[in-house]
Amino acid sequence: MSQKLVDSLQREFGTDILAVDSPRGDESVTVAPERLLDVLGHLRCAGCEQLSDVVGVDHPDRAERFELVYLLRSYADNERVQVKVNVAEDAPVPSAAGVYRSANWAEREVYDLLGVPFSGHPDLRRLLCHHEFEGHALRKDYPIEQGQECARPEKLFTDEDIARAAERANDLVSDPDDVHDELHPSDLLTVNIGPSHPATHGALRAEVLLDGENILEARTEIGYIHRCFEKEAEDHTWAQVMPYTDRLNYCSAMLNNSIYAMAVEKTIGVEATPRAQAIRVIVSELSRIIDHLVCVCANLVDIGALTNYWYLYNVRESIYETLEKLCGSRLTTNYARIGGMSHDLFDGFDAEVRTKLDEMDVGNADVMKLIARNRIFLDRTVDVGVISQEDALSWGYTGPCLRATGLAYDLRKLAPYSGYENYDFDIPTGTNGDTHDRIMVRMAEMVQSRSIILQALDKLPDGPLNIDDNSVVLPPKESVYGSIEGVMNQFKLVYEGIQVPAGRGYGFGEGANGELGYYCVSDGTGHPYRLKVRPPCFPIFSSYAELVRGGMIPDAIATLGSLNIIAGELDR
Amino acid sequence: MAIDLENPSNFITTRVRQAVNWGRKYSLWPLPFGVACCAIEFMSTVSSYNDISRFGAELVRFSPRQSDLMIIAGTISYKQAPILKTIYAQMAEPKWVIAMGACASSGGFYNNYSTLQGADRVIPVDMYVAGCPPTPENLLYALTQLQERVEKEGLVPAAERHAGRSEARG
Repeated sequence: MSQKLVDSLQREFGTDILAVDSPRGDESVTVAPERLLDVLGHLRCAGCEQLSDVVGVDHPDRAERFELVYLLRSYADNERVQVKVNVAEDAPVPSAAGVYRSANWAEREVYDLLGVPFSGHPDLRRLLCHHEFEGHALRKDYPIEQGQECARPEKLFTDEDIARAAERANDLVSDPDDVHDELHPSDLLTVNIGPSHPATHGALRAEVLLDGENILEARTEIGYIHRCFEKEAEDHTWAQVMPYTDRLNYCSAMLNNSIYAMAVEKTIGVEATPRAQAIRVIVSELSRIIDHLVCVCANLVDIGALTNYWYLYNVRESIYETLEKLCGSRLTTNYARIGGMSHDLFDGFDAEVRTKLDEMDVGNADVMKLIARNRIFLDRTVDVGVISQEDALSWGYTGPCLRATGLAYDLRKLAPYSGYENYDFDIPTGTNGDTHDRIMVRMAEMVQSRSIILQALDKLPDGPLNIDDNSVVLPPKESVYGSIEGVMNQFKLVYEGIQVPAGRGYGFGEGANGELGYYCVSDGTGHPYRLKVRPPCFPIFSSYAELVRGGMIPDAIATLGSLNIIAGELDR
Repeated sequence: MAIDLENPSNFITTRVRQAVNWGRKYSLWPLPFGVACCAIEFMSTVSSYNDISRFGAELVRFSPRQSDLMIIAGTISYKQAPILKTIYAQMAEPKWVIAMGACASSGGFYNNYSTLQGADRVIPVDMYVAGCPPTPENLLYALTQLQERVEKEGLVPAAERHAGRSEARG
């Protein structure tokens, strides 16, 4: 898939490319740490606009203990490549924050959880664990249950920061009426938005320095709902991780389930049956719809349009009923399984989903009538929180927020999985990259999801639900209760877990917020050796401080809502 | 019993405590400490289908000084704990706390380095709701249970109600 990039690297760097590998079709090159920045710079020029994520893997038994994997993506050529470096403990790695903006937080996370120092990083602090935390939690020698209490929250602004902001105040304000002769640091107000705030819709924090209503400086902090998904995954079997994925993006659990199952299947080297794939498409698109519904309705409430909340939320509530009927739970669905699904659709699913989609149409039409030409709505959203396409790519934007800048990139179309290539749908895009476009892209995507679901329902294939492989899928209950082989098979799979062959695979798909990926590393036991999630809203939120700086408080709130930051997925 | 409110000579007798408690029971103002998945179910509970206003608790206030019922909806991490403590302290007496869901009650299935094993390790909790996340019906049931207690116990400050309990969980 990305042979071209690998060839160009080999031509340019020759023997400095220490190894080339392509596990499960993911092309990767290994380089020495001192050549890392040159290689990343070369790839950036060769068309890799985006650094999706940095994955750190701890190998305590190796001399070069830490392995860092940089996941890169080229949008223009629709290619991917991975760059690996191996470093010894405490050996610094040059920071890529100057090449890709998304590297800033990705490296902070690696530093926080694994303790790899990055030289030349602009702001190397802890990210997910609190500032009083000692040690590095994702190292193999850190016990999972060893909690550390936090006495007081961290202050994000020092007195010097405030004094500096007061000096630069006039350069930052956009409205000429707000220009002052002189500003004393005590004139500025520090305000915390979050971590318990109605507009954050989750536990995230932005501390802002205000001059009146103008934001002179903003800083963000996350980790308030860090639930250690990745450490928990290493402590469980591959199948046991499934319910944890529900709680990443809890607004669209089905998407997390399906993409996780797909990622593990890729690592094993199997593919789900056509029926399971079609069901995954249907439930994923339903999930995308309810995710967009809750994002848009909450965003509209934040800018004062409460009626829309009821119109949209009632549809969501109604779709919940179907999901509850399907898998017994409204939010945390736990429906997909590695190698298939937990069970088949219920009788009458088809008709019920069609009714729900009609309800959605009514709800969305009602909302569009209220907002499409509403002066207040347009004033609050048009040209608010604008991000250019180039910046969006560098910050690591994917999904609706990237498409709002005008780039028609959708993994369902350009790296199709689960049979998405068989459905006919469009990729809605915006033009301006502002809050308005982000909302409208989501509204338009719901229409496309509706169309995909209807097509999938029309041609839902018959046939087996789960793959025919008793080393992956649990045996049927009749066999467990009726034969010794069945009991043993069940026991081995439950007790020891699915024996994913040693190796790795990066499985990804289009989540509701963008590229949701799972980087799986298996050592051949029944447990993940390392499971790294690439959550779509993590890189998006890393740009938030930049987006709101110089703007006004109400605009910051409108912008935050349209980015759809889900704390569970952000902090994992 | 039909009461003719138009007739100025009609009256009913009650005790002040009972009348006040009755009023308080139906006017709990919740502060949603929404941090995770449970907050989405809390949204469902206040929306029109489940409609928490049937129980008089629809005035959701995000300012701790204006609310008397804290609903902890989600996982509390060690990083979040001091903030939870501060916000609870900012609420005026009398105040009540509902721990919504497995995480807020006990840490749920997150037994790890970052998750507080139950919100009651830092603040006193009056009502625990099971579920991951609990359905809106579950939360409404907890609310009606709490209302019964409010009616019986009335204006006892939280510090007094929970006296001697903090050592138990330590």
